[in-house]
Amino acid sequence: MADQATFADQAMDLMPSLYAAALRMTRNPADAEDLVQETYLRAYRGFGGFQQGTNLKAWLYRILTNTYINSYRAKKRRPDETELDEVEDLYLYRRIGGLEAAMAGRSAEDELLERFTDHEVKQAIEALPENFRMAVLLADVEGFSYKEIADILDIPIGTVMSRLHRGRKALQKQLYEFAVERNLAAPLPDDAHV
Amino acid sequence: MSDPECQDALHQLYGYLDGELTDERREAIHRHLDGCQPCAEPYDFEAELRLVIRRKCQEQVPDSLMAKVRAALASEQASSPDDTAR
Repeated sequence: MADQATFADQAMDLMPSLYAAALRMTRNPADAEDLVQETYLRAYRGFGGFQQGTNLKAWLYRILTNTYINSYRAKKRRPDETELDEVEDLYLYRRIGGLEAAMAGRSAEDELLERFTDHEVKQAIEALPENFRMAVLLADVEGFSYKEIADILDIPIGTVMSRLHRGRKALQKQLYEFAVERNLAAPLPDDAHV
Repeated sequence: MSDPECQDALHQLYGYLDGELTDERREAIHRHLDGCQPCAEPYDFEAELRLVIRRKCQEQVPDSLMAKVRAALASEQASSPDDTAR
């Protein structure tokens, strides 16, 4: 049982990550602001039901996610599970990692990853189909455990893992395409040099 | 990287980075990576990528949003008489 008076103290600090997640979900600042505001209102009203000592951040994300799904999600009939291509494991590493290791060692590889702009990374996440985007966002950006993600999204842990597996590969493929567009990486591993 | 131990290490890469392995598994992979550069490289790469993604997805909350939420919560508090014993 939690007192609403303590809500602001505990929850307001989490707004930057909730707002960032809302932006990735809605892909639109105006909707993201509305979504965050709605989330805080709902959380405030329901704070009496929050168990102190359990994970407040995960609880808020669950409200954020449900609010998004119920109110803001594009009016598609159903999110499509099958709209991702098959992508090999370690997609980006096999194209960029090896190249860097051969050329100049580890620090250069880190530098290459650093060259992705904030905008590119955000775009790569936002380009993922919704189910995959939510899983990748919660794991890779927010650092939630598989169990927490399963609870937030109301899906089995096995589904969390398979969405992460496929979503991460698709994210890497998108990042690689950005790298190629900007001449940070060779277009294809096979025809890089004749 | 064709060694079964290497196959196993690569198979568990995300479990490891996600903090989802048992201590024992984690320790075994750690030992393997210490002695196996070809496996350590993708681990380092993926770990670095994760950090880059996390850092580049940060957002600054607009002051106006912070103010709006505070105002909304304040008016919520004012409009619903607090019935918990205070």
